[in-house]
Amino acid sequence: MKTFFKTAAAAALIALAGVASASAQQTKVGFSPEAYPPFYSQDASGAWGGWEVEIVNAICAEAKLDCVLTPIPWDGLIPGLNSKKIDAIMNSMSITADRMKEIDFSDKYYNTPTGVAGAKDQTFDASPAGLKGKIIGVQVSTVHAAYAKKHFTEAAEIKEYQTQDEANQDLAAGRIDATQADSIALDAFLKSDQGKGCCDMKGIVAPDDEVLGPGVGAGVRKDDAELKGKINAAIKAIRDNGKYAEITKKYFDFDVYGEAAQSN
Amino acid sequence: MSEALAIPLRRRVMGWLQPHRIVLILIALAIVMAAAIFMRWDWLPQYMPLALQGIWRTIWLLVVTSALGLAIALPLGLVQVTGPIWLAVPAKAFCTIIRGTPLLLQLWLLYYGLGSLFPQFPWIRESFLWPYLRQAWPYGVMALTISYAGYEGEVMRGAFAGVPRGQLEAARAFGMSRWKVFRRIWLPQAIHRALPTLAGETVLQLKATPLVATITMVDIYSVASRVRQETFITYEPLLLLALVYMAITGVLVFLFRKLEARIPSRLG
Amino acid sequence: MAAGHFRIRPQSQTRGYKLDVLVSLFGASTLELLSFEPPGWGANLLRGLAASIQIACGAFGLGLLIGIGGAYGKLYGGPVVRDLLETYTTVVRAVPELVLILILYFAGTDLINQLMTALGYPPVDINGLIAGIGVLAVVQGAYSTEVLRGAILAIPQGQIEAARAYGMPPGLLLRRITLPAMLPFAIPGLANLWLIATKDTALLAVVGFSELTQTTRQAAGATKAYFTFFMAAGVLYLSLTLFSEVIIKRVERWSRRGMPSVSGPH
Repeated sequence: MKTFFKTAAAAALIALAGVASASAQQTKVGFSPEAYPPFYSQDASGAWGGWEVEIVNAICAEAKLDCVLTPIPWDGLIPGLNSKKIDAIMNSMSITADRMKEIDFSDKYYNTPTGVAGAKDQTFDASPAGLKGKIIGVQVSTVHAAYAKKHFTEAAEIKEYQTQDEANQDLAAGRIDATQADSIALDAFLKSDQGKGCCDMKGIVAPDDEVLGPGVGAGVRKDDAELKGKINAAIKAIRDNGKYAEITKKYFDFDVYGEAAQSN
Repeated sequence: MSEALAIPLRRRVMGWLQPHRIVLILIALAIVMAAAIFMRWDWLPQYMPLALQGIWRTIWLLVVTSALGLAIALPLGLVQVTGPIWLAVPAKAFCTIIRGTPLLLQLWLLYYGLGSLFPQFPWIRESFLWPYLRQAWPYGVMALTISYAGYEGEVMRGAFAGVPRGQLEAARAFGMSRWKVFRRIWLPQAIHRALPTLAGETVLQLKATPLVATITMVDIYSVASRVRQETFITYEPLLLLALVYMAITGVLVFLFRKLEARIPSRLG
Repeated sequence: MAAGHFRIRPQSQTRGYKLDVLVSLFGASTLELLSFEPPGWGANLLRGLAASIQIACGAFGLGLLIGIGGAYGKLYGGPVVRDLLETYTTVVRAVPELVLILILYFAGTDLINQLMTALGYPPVDINGLIAGIGVLAVVQGAYSTEVLRGAILAIPQGQIEAARAYGMPPGLLLRRITLPAMLPFAIPGLANLWLIATKDTALLAVVGFSELTQTTRQAAGATKAYFTFFMAAGVLYLSLTLFSEVIIKRVERWSRRGMPSVSGPH
């Protein structure tokens, strides 16, 4: 039955191949379809925008790639990349040694510190001692989850969410005491109507380069050196020609590329 | 004595083990062996304790929500058959709404929908229920319970309505009180009628439990997800997960068969 | 701080606490979010509903085809076919749809592409819609196999024997006798499967497919009006179910035409 079905499916797909082959030249950029302001956000018409979407477009235009944003759930991005559902990941994914075992990364295109936000009516700081006995929400399979598990497991209870947005939602609902995430993304939440009322930033976590990595890069397949080279060249080009700064100015009043830019 | 038993058993085994089946079983074994050798299982020992805990949570969730759901389903079915209209109509509406919307949506409405209302009711956080409302499992249990109640309530309605009227009238004619008729005649027969679907509904309930992983509950499904996320191994945890669910389903079906065999089938 | 707070919500202060709560539950501020013109998300929800219906139709239809093949294989196939079909239906009915969807979603496209490469075709790009339909069809196929098998078995044996005695070829027998005769027995089960198909599309939200539940979740996440949007989606799903039930009743009556009434003479 299974082989029968597979042949039938293959036959159906051959019939559809005419439709599908048109997209053979496209570069599919995977992202998880969830609100992650200011990097990814959706407007009421269903279109995606945000700092990272604009950067993706700028990189693709610079590298002359015909990019299509392809929605894949966050925890399916790396498997999706390796099974060729997508060709690149540009979704605020940090470059880490663990991920490098599975996929390759371009150079970083931004790097921001990791922060902890918590309920307003509680005072604590972003250290294991400060978070003692608290419930921390993190998004699954992120550097923040890895960091929290490494540093806060003994002190606090860690709850994992499918999306950061849901963790924020539960923080506002009072179900968790704190959430650890990218400081910029947290800042956007704390400035929103919901975040303003309930929560504030508790601080920046102690650095741990081994877990948090050198920044956010575009994920590519290990054997796809060509695409990696193109993206690297494009990141450098938009840094140099002012396009990066132009986009960044619309969203932030500082350079999200990270301080390392000056030193190397 | 034992010989007399042995022959039919042997014949039964032989009847089942036809030549082509032996070939199929060998092929299946070869696939399993290939999976064991060529796929990655080195993560298993590390996650074993977590997985056992997850299986336990899944079974706990299944048993608790099925039992609670059945307890609600009985009155739901009964009032639809015999209750006053102000009870029958809401019961009918409840079943229709629960059966007409996806469980995933109900779950998210309960967890995130209600959760988003909490900040507007400051007194909720001071109430004695708050420690429970903070956690995920009460919402998971509630969603699964009402879902089971909705589906099984419909089944119970049919079962109560299907008991031959003459039996109830005969019992009344014997001078049994209404409560006694219900307890001795109506309820046992309705349950007996519903029993075959009960097994099916409970298997469906098991298949619904992994949805609670989307609201941060830790069941066996979420353990498998965690393995996938931490080790970047895609297929192995999912295949093992499927095997675990098949095993639990097998045990469930076996238990329900035993239960059905214990209840005399010649009723009514 | 208090002054700032007062300035933001002057109306709610005057309207009182209870009304404020009602407004935030269902009030104009969140109901506006459902309108069809941006900033309302209504059009998005309807697009999601359309996608859900599309997947449900595709999965149900494809599942029905699998079911017809499966039922025939189970009833008239050789021993190997029968055992393989039994394995298929048993596995699908024992494993949660969510797990099957994940396995088929990741492994299915992978396998098909490997198969295509083996057959000498270039790898194809399987879009989310086709993957979603295919995945749910495999699930639906197992259930409809069982429904159709039962329905075919319920046909009075004499009808098929009579057709055979007339020397009807198998194809004609299927078209003229088996399919129409089994329909009244199959429709209740198939109707149930259709309703399951419409609700199972929600599970594709977990693999990021933008059907109704996923678009609802996105809208809720963007606007923070979780309660309003989940309620709205519930209403949409419920209307789909109720509408389907009306159609099903008609189809049922049509398929039973010419048959004696079930309840018998009074």
